[in-house]
Amino acid sequence: MRSRPVYGELTPRPGSGHLFVADGEGAEAILDLFQKAGAQASSLLEKSHIIYMPGPNGTDLGVRLEALGAAQYHRSPSFASAQSRLKKVLADAHMGLQIYLAGTEGLMGQAQRDVIEAGLPHEAVQTEHRGSTVRRVQCVHCKGITENVRTDPFKCSHCGLHLFVRDHYSRRLAAFQGVNIDAEDPGQVPDAVERFK
Amino acid sequence: MSVKAPRISVTVAEVLEVNPLIKRFRFVRSDGQPMPPFSGGAHIVVEMDDHGTRRLNPYSLMSVPEDSSGYSISVRRDDTGRGGSLYLHQHVKPGMAMEIGYPVNLFSLDQRAKKHLMIAGGIGITPFISQMAQLTSLGGRFELHYSVRNRELGAYVDELKALYGDRIHLYFDDEGDKIDLNRLLAGQSFGTHLYVCGPKGMISWVRSTADAAGWPKGTVHSEEFLAPPVGQPFTVELAQSKKTITVGATQSLLEAMEAANVDAPYLCRGGACGQCETDVVSCDGHIEHNDHWLTDEQKASNRKIMPCVSRFGGKTLVLDR
Repeated sequence: MRSRPVYGELTPRPGSGHLFVADGEGAEAILDLFQKAGAQASSLLEKSHIIYMPGPNGTDLGVRLEALGAAQYHRSPSFASAQSRLKKVLADAHMGLQIYLAGTEGLMGQAQRDVIEAGLPHEAVQTEHRGSTVRRVQCVHCKGITENVRTDPFKCSHCGLHLFVRDHYSRRLAAFQGVNIDAEDPGQVPDAVERFK
Repeated sequence: MSVKAPRISVTVAEVLEVNPLIKRFRFVRSDGQPMPPFSGGAHIVVEMDDHGTRRLNPYSLMSVPEDSSGYSISVRRDDTGRGGSLYLHQHVKPGMAMEIGYPVNLFSLDQRAKKHLMIAGGIGITPFISQMAQLTSLGGRFELHYSVRNRELGAYVDELKALYGDRIHLYFDDEGDKIDLNRLLAGQSFGTHLYVCGPKGMISWVRSTADAAGWPKGTVHSEEFLAPPVGQPFTVELAQSKKTITVGATQSLLEAMEAANVDAPYLCRGGACGQCETDVVSCDGHIEHNDHWLTDEQKASNRKIMPCVSRFGGKTLVLDR
């Protein structure tokens, strides 16, 4: 599936500033990056801004991340509550700012969408997947988005249809595609399997 | 595109001396139909019958993209080149019938950008003239930094200033002006894309400075057409066509294949687009890779050649064409 995102490993890059957005276990990707930076870590931290929120599984490594001593550290309860801050940072930023995203696919996809809207090509953003594999899925029928989908199929939280979770991904929506699994034979719904943890 | 690709029959409507080195040519369709639309940054290949030598040279379109009444190009005379620009300067007159290819864009604006920062050197101004016209009608933000040797050779300086005012920044070499690139790049708002067209040295300077300043690769765009260099004549075997051809001193390998009626693909004819990439069957000698399409590893392997600009020296070269 060509649209299935491929994630990498965060690496420090030269830049005028460094913006990190992470959730849950994504904190460890940031900690590892500063470990790798070695002697350059302190000069990197002076120009770093970290926005962090707990993961969908409850993992909260905020204390360790705050202890890094970045120029700015901000903890949010959720991406929705962090988003206005992220948009403001991007609106005020200059070219040269490096973007690093780490954690769950849902968080990285939504933050990447804001960066793309700010004018950067999607491949200019570094990503590293850590932690939960739960998915953010859009129902192609009612267009509602269900967060933290664990099973396949699952029941759309908006219209109630039983949806098959595809690998087909939309950067614009920051979501995978969910398609009705019993459209041809209503009621013939296979057992839900926990595919995402 | 290849030698057998469709062409547009045109009439030269106007030849204008812009300055002692640059002439502008305007082409209209001989059949009176509108020209195909193009986007800012596109180029056309102009076909010339230079006293028996067939030349196909790429030139950026500088007219307004929405203007389908004709195409304009500006050509800088190169007295030491192979003769294409000299032919245009000395022999092409209003009323002449010529053939051109369809427009191709290898240097288009990235519409995702929030702002377009353009850097031009000398005749590298031409693609930006059509791009700025396009951005003006679409409402895009831009600024242009244009470096020229001196005021006399600063083509379109006054016209651009009159059209775009303080969005045009001029630098005259002989007055000691220099683009303060680090400062310019550092002050650009997030989401700006950078475009550069000009001499080779300028392009690599802008690219490396932007890279060091943390500009992602996808936000930096450049265009440079190489003129096929002159060199020693050499012989090439074409395996598919079962022909052996000789490439003349001022001819490119692509031109020699075309002269032998071999249908070889091309787009830019300047080592940039990759369209003419050809497999090497065997090589006993040295390929002079002049393109900036193949990677260094590909060049070292001698398994590929770009016939539009690259040459060969040695015993035998067999190509899969």
